[in-house]
Amino acid sequence: MKSRAKAKTKARRGLGRGVALVGAGMSKFGSFPEKAGRDLFFEAFQELRASVDKGLDPEAIEALYLGNYSSDLFEGQGHTAPIIADWLGLTPRSATRIEDACASSGVALRQGVIAIASGLYDVVLVGGVEKMTALPTERVTDVLATGGDALFEIPAGFTFPGFYAAMATAYIHRYGAPLEALMRVGIKNHEHGALNEKAQFNLTIRQIMENKLAKAKAQGRPLPSWADELEFLRDDSANPVIAWPLRLFDCSPISDGAAALLLVAEERAKEFTDEPVYIIGSGQASDGALHSRSELTSIRAAKLAAQEAYAMAGVGPQEIKLAEVHDCFTIAEIIATEDLGFFPPGEGWKAAMEGLTSLRGPKPINPSGGLKAKGHPVGASGAAQVVELWKQLRGQAGPRQVRGEPDLGLAHNVGGTGQTCVVHIFRRG
Amino acid sequence: MATTDRGFTTAAFYKFLDEHKLMGSRCRSCGRLYLPPRPLCPECHSEEMEWAEMSGRGRLLAFTAVYVAPTAMLAAGYGRENPYCVGLVRLEEGPAISAQILGLDPKRPEEIEIGIPLRVAFLERGEGEARRIYLAFQPA
Ligand SMILES: [Zn+2]
Repeated sequence: MKSRAKAKTKARRGLGRGVALVGAGMSKFGSFPEKAGRDLFFEAFQELRASVDKGLDPEAIEALYLGNYSSDLFEGQGHTAPIIADWLGLTPRSATRIEDACASSGVALRQGVIAIASGLYDVVLVGGVEKMTALPTERVTDVLATGGDALFEIPAGFTFPGFYAAMATAYIHRYGAPLEALMRVGIKNHEHGALNEKAQFNLTIRQIMENKLAKAKAQGRPLPSWADELEFLRDDSANPVIAWPLRLFDCSPISDGAAALLLVAEERAKEFTDEPVYIIGSGQASDGALHSRSELTSIRAAKLAAQEAYAMAGVGPQEIKLAEVHDCFTIAEIIATEDLGFFPPGEGWKAAMEGLTSLRGPKPINPSGGLKAKGHPVGASGAAQVVELWKQLRGQAGPRQVRGEPDLGLAHNVGGTGQTCVVHIFRRG
Repeated sequence: MATTDRGFTTAAFYKFLDEHKLMGSRCRSCGRLYLPPRPLCPECHSEEMEWAEMSGRGRLLAFTAVYVAPTAMLAAGYGRENPYCVGLVRLEEGPAISAQILGLDPKRPEEIEIGIPLRVAFLERGEGEARRIYLAFQPA
């Protein structure tokens, strides 16, 4: 297996020309019965438009690359890219939908980068959208499961939380990590999300716990005796098991949302802003079903995508000041911090326990609240990670601003169980 | 139809399961073994494959107990009150596969040990037309 992986990662190339991010926006994430996918994307586009320092005339946009996982099954709407292009008045420009499960818009970003680097376009709109909450939970579970192998994994009874739960049991078995490490990731990401007005869960887990206590008191029900968040999270009734060892608060929520990014050729960046963010590294890799992999405690495609992105950027993991990683489940964040080289294999859980990855720690991970607290409208998540990096690298992240004027940020977006991984590295201009 | 005449398709794999046989494919060129079976060896790209029956003995690599079940499993009677175990099993011949794991207590998942020996089971699930044999494992 090793020799094959090596063969496929040789001969790395750089971009044909530089690509800059000059605007970014996202809708609020949450459950919005009155909003369709196109309404959510419009909301993201509005914020993007306002974020372009020197203004954006949409006429300048030459193409759209849109990440979307399954509007077909979630909304009964296929062929989503031209629908969105039309909604924004961008037809007859080329509009392309990218589907790589939860990595759809991370891959759409990469396609936008490639399109500009090739010289084909100068100004490209990239984004992602997903409208998930119109379906009941069990149907959402089914739709998410289509991101796995429908012939061999799903008939076995696997669900998406189930895949990551299995990875968690392998990780815990190998490294002796306590379940508290998973809980710490959730607590931390909710603390970050509480500082993000766009987050679906704009509350810490302690606040959620206190709200439940207040509600029980108001209704004259017996008061649960949770001493702290950990006790709350260990309570089967407050935090039910979804797929053991993962409980409700280990799982990212079902969300509606959209995110949009404006990419331009480096030489044209100053037409849009004096403070662009440059995309200096891009990597992507693929893999087979979970059962086909030699290791379950890391995601090979993530490691390979990271290697490619680091090599292109000419930077290493220690130089990255903050990262938005794909924490679809708490265990996924721990594994991501190892796959990206921030911590050695088997040490990610300790970093989570010690608070190294919190906003004020040495390696802030998911300052936005991550997928866990911000929400996970699957096709929008990769682009939304970049919206956070755009704000952080330009010093515009408000109460959750990472200190020390960070200059290098990384986005890690995973599709499925790691059949697709895409990593991008950004540098403040 | 002789087993050797079957194409290396999913349908063939499940037809073997109906016959209570767990069949993989072996690359004639490099000797690697695949389960589920494949028509092309991803390691050496040879298309010279042959069927290989697996012993059905293996070990538990990773697992979960599913409490929020997909609709197919809900229809089979599973759910929050009746969770089930699913896992990854490494066969003694080498390859690993996803399967439902029977004979373990999904309500006491903390007592389930990774690495325990398992043997193949052929599980009937579904109603009417949808009734078919699924791959499962149970403690050996
Ligand atoms: Zn071969």
